[in-house]
Amino acid sequence: MLRSSQPLTGPNRKRCREDEMLLGMVLDEGERGFIIDTRSAQAAKQARMTGGGTEPKSSYPQWRRLHRPLERGRPLQESFIKLVEACNDTSINMDRWLSRLESCRWLSHVKAALSTACLAAQCMDREEASVLVGRGADGTDTTRLVTALAQVILDPSCRTLVGFQGLLEREWIEAGHPFHLRCARSAYSHARLKQEAPLFLLFLDCVWQLSRQFPFSLEFSEHLLLTLFDNAYASAYGTFLCNNEKERCLCKVKESTHSLWAWLNQPGEKKKYLNPLYSPNALVIWPSVEPQSIQLWQGLFFRWIRSSQYLDEAWAEIQRLVQGN
Amino acid sequence: VENVRLLDRLSSRKAALGTLYLTATHVIFVENVSETRKETWVLHSQISSIEKQATTATGCPLLIRCKNFQVIQLVIPQERDCHDVYISLIRLARPVKYEELYCFSFNPKLDKEEREQGWKLVDLNEEYNRMGIPNNYWQISDVNRDYGVCDSYPTEVYVPKSATAHIIVGSSKFRSRRRFPALSYYCKDNNASICRSSQPLSGFSARCLEDEQMLQAIRKANPGSDFIYVVDTRPKLNAMANRAAGKGYENEDNYSNIKFQFIGIENIHVMRNSLQKMLEVCELKSPSMSDFLWGLENSGWLKHIKAIMDAGIFIAKAVAEEGVSVLVHCSDGWDRTAQVCSVASLLLDPYYRTMKGFMVLIEKDWVSFGHKFNHRYGNLDGDPKEISPVIDQFIECVWQLMEQFPCAFEFNERFLIHIQHHIYSCQFGNFLCNSQKERRELKIQERTYSLWAHLWKNRADYLNPLYRSDHSQTQGTLRPQMAPCNFLYKFWSGMYNRFEKGLHPRQSVTDYLMAVKEETQQLEEELEALGERLANLQKSQLNDNKVKCKQQDRSKQLGLSTSDNSLANTPQEYSNDLKSFPSRSPSQGDEDDSALILTQDNLKSSDPDLSANSDQESGVEDLSCRSPSGGGCLPSEDSGKDSDEAVFLA
Repeated sequence: MLRSSQPLTGPNRKRCREDEMLLGMVLDEGERGFIIDTRSAQAAKQARMTGGGTEPKSSYPQWRRLHRPLERGRPLQESFIKLVEACNDTSINMDRWLSRLESCRWLSHVKAALSTACLAAQCMDREEASVLVGRGADGTDTTRLVTALAQVILDPSCRTLVGFQGLLEREWIEAGHPFHLRCARSAYSHARLKQEAPLFLLFLDCVWQLSRQFPFSLEFSEHLLLTLFDNAYASAYGTFLCNNEKERCLCKVKESTHSLWAWLNQPGEKKKYLNPLYSPNALVIWPSVEPQSIQLWQGLFFRWIRSSQYLDEAWAEIQRLVQGN
Repeated sequence: VENVRLLDRLSSRKAALGTLYLTATHVIFVENVSETRKETWVLHSQISSIEKQATTATGCPLLIRCKNFQVIQLVIPQERDCHDVYISLIRLARPVKYEELYCFSFNPKLDKEEREQGWKLVDLNEEYNRMGIPNNYWQISDVNRDYGVCDSYPTEVYVPKSATAHIIVGSSKFRSRRRFPALSYYCKDNNASICRSSQPLSGFSARCLEDEQMLQAIRKANPGSDFIYVVDTRPKLNAMANRAAGKGYENEDNYSNIKFQFIGIENIHVMRNSLQKMLEVCELKSPSMSDFLWGLENSGWLKHIKAIMDAGIFIAKAVAEEGVSVLVHCSDGWDRTAQVCSVASLLLDPYYRTMKGFMVLIEKDWVSFGHKFNHRYGNLDGDPKEISPVIDQFIECVWQLMEQFPCAFEFNERFLIHIQHHIYSCQFGNFLCNSQKERRELKIQERTYSLWAHLWKNRADYLNPLYRSDHSQTQGTLRPQMAPCNFLYKFWSGMYNRFEKGLHPRQSVTDYLMAVKEETQQLEEELEALGERLANLQKSQLNDNKVKCKQQDRSKQLGLSTSDNSLANTPQEYSNDLKSFPSRSPSQGDEDDSALILTQDNLKSSDPDLSANSDQESGVEDLSCRSPSGGGCLPSEDSGKDSDEAVFLA
């Protein structure tokens, strides 16, 4: 699986031998690859007018392109803000709750992200084909969401506590997801910053959906996901600071702050983040993306609104049963 | 009929070819595939509707919709055969006489005594005794012993001590269908009670001394409070409209010391339509999130569930927190009243959250109090306007509560699903007819078997591993969050998409935890046994042989339990063969488990759908067909020119 930004084909259909060679080298003779473009076909066409575009079929003959538009940027942030507002609105009747939920579109985004990640995974696992996920202007946001999720689906080692942290480091932190810009003020701020977008939260939500559908397959619990969400926005640790490795070097993050992972992995702390039902599952986990299967992440969106006492008690009981054994 | 195809609802390419059989009691489809010969059995009683669709090149499609939400799509090659099957099924699914129903031919191979014992498992007299009755305030009345006062009530009713036969009879004449106020639940801690009745025949100004005295008697039976609540579970408008027909509701001016309250729950026709709309949403092919949420809201289903729950919560609060008795009614006092009284009882009394207690609750508030099972669930062919998912809604309320309070119920989701299934299946005699009187006339207990005995025998399958009778969550009254709580009501895909395995979590936490619990228990017993033996060894000499034998037994035992455990929590071997994925086929069994194939024997001794949550395999989702771009799989420039691609993506 590869990640990239869009090729700068432009209106004149420019070509680049090196790029074609690079993509050609990924595939063996006769092999096939898929390019999953996270823009709609129309948006991709329009991008050409401004210097971007898509890989022309003739120059990249072994690669087939599929479009799976994913929301990003402002609309995603708006979706998040609206959802949080809806969750906090005590005046909504049951008559209108579902349509209000629908109008936020958040769950549609979760469905789309999961579907696309599953598609990428399916290409690799069933078709044994390589996949290139692109694009957006800078190829950082939605592509990352897809590649990271696809790995959780495909790779059992990414589902362990250590493996998941590694995935986050690799796909989000080192790869340069601009946390500082994207996770600036969250849902309550009136500031509506241009660069803010909850891509990381969307990723965590998708992972939570997986944990719900496969309760035995992830080594970590919901508590870890909530902690990651918290720390992406505001943290006592330096792990999610800045926008990329370069900035972190400049700010000397490693020298002047503590790492979240170091703290999480301490034996005393670690057990809070483990899933008592975990049992290593070497298979690929294929979630259902039907609307009935995708649920609102109550643990996050209703965290401060409703008591989690009864659910906590249930988990404590599960823990007790499993440990007693 | 041969060469019939059984289609997978979600993927028309995954069709199974086989033979269709029609028997006196079932429709059976047997796959041609010789290794498995997988069978799909459907009871005629379960069939809700049959639709013959337009003949295509491939044959004549027939769609069978079931009351347990299974949807079966068959394609029959010859139009004539299809028509014959259609006509036959229409007749078979609409029995005219009770004797045509499955329960009269079902034979679990038990003797007469076992059958009797089965019926005795739930004893309502015992239940009222458990509540603390009879006592100073409440007594049993035999005024209805020959059903002379009210033919939809049981022969034994519980009434306040001060309610004489004269008062009861007088009150019954003033109530719709003669359903006078009678006791549903008594709280011995504070003497508050829940009574139930039908609407008074008050019109605009009629009064009845005895009925007023009856309500006073209920109030007097609770010395701790000087008034009672009268709860009308209809929307105010409907209740007022009833007045024009000479019925209506209690006037606070006429009845001393009552506080009247409307808690609007819609009527059976609204509920029937609501379910219909919701099922239409479930039948959408590849719905978007939008389609689904809008459709669900449009059906109003969850709103109705919440309305029932809110009414139950109000009553439970009145009894538990205020110590005030409540009289509940709707129009005829056999639908909404039953729902609301049983939800309230469940909230109030932990006993009803045990398996046995739940059976008792249904016997009490639904069976004995004359809920019209035959009319509502169509045992026999009848008026389609009487059909309504009344008890289904109650069962869903219980599930919603189970989701909010995971440790509070002794039983699990599967228990609820199987009960719902059997209310429609008519395999057992509990839910036949419209009243106790009719059931006794038909001699149901002598000619059929009790569901409760069957469920009780298999109770290990229905336990909730998180339940502990000493857990704080299981004590006392359940207090669901009142507001904000819209989000707490979830769509119950385990029920309404029951047969679509692909939708559910593939790994059953319940089954795993039960297995863990069992193993822990076994190990603890081992430990105890070993401890004892050790003590014995220390006391006397045992020869070597004996000790060695015991050791062998132990390892065998452990071996067995560990392998059960691994079955429970390790997904099956993953392969590239499409067939071995949990297809979203509407069949009732888990295709990989031969024990679940529905042979006649299996059906008689166990329940049809045992695998609702036990599908272990991670299967492939045919995702490209569910792309957010809607119907088509690919935009035109990429459309399937490559045939391989078309296969996997389309």
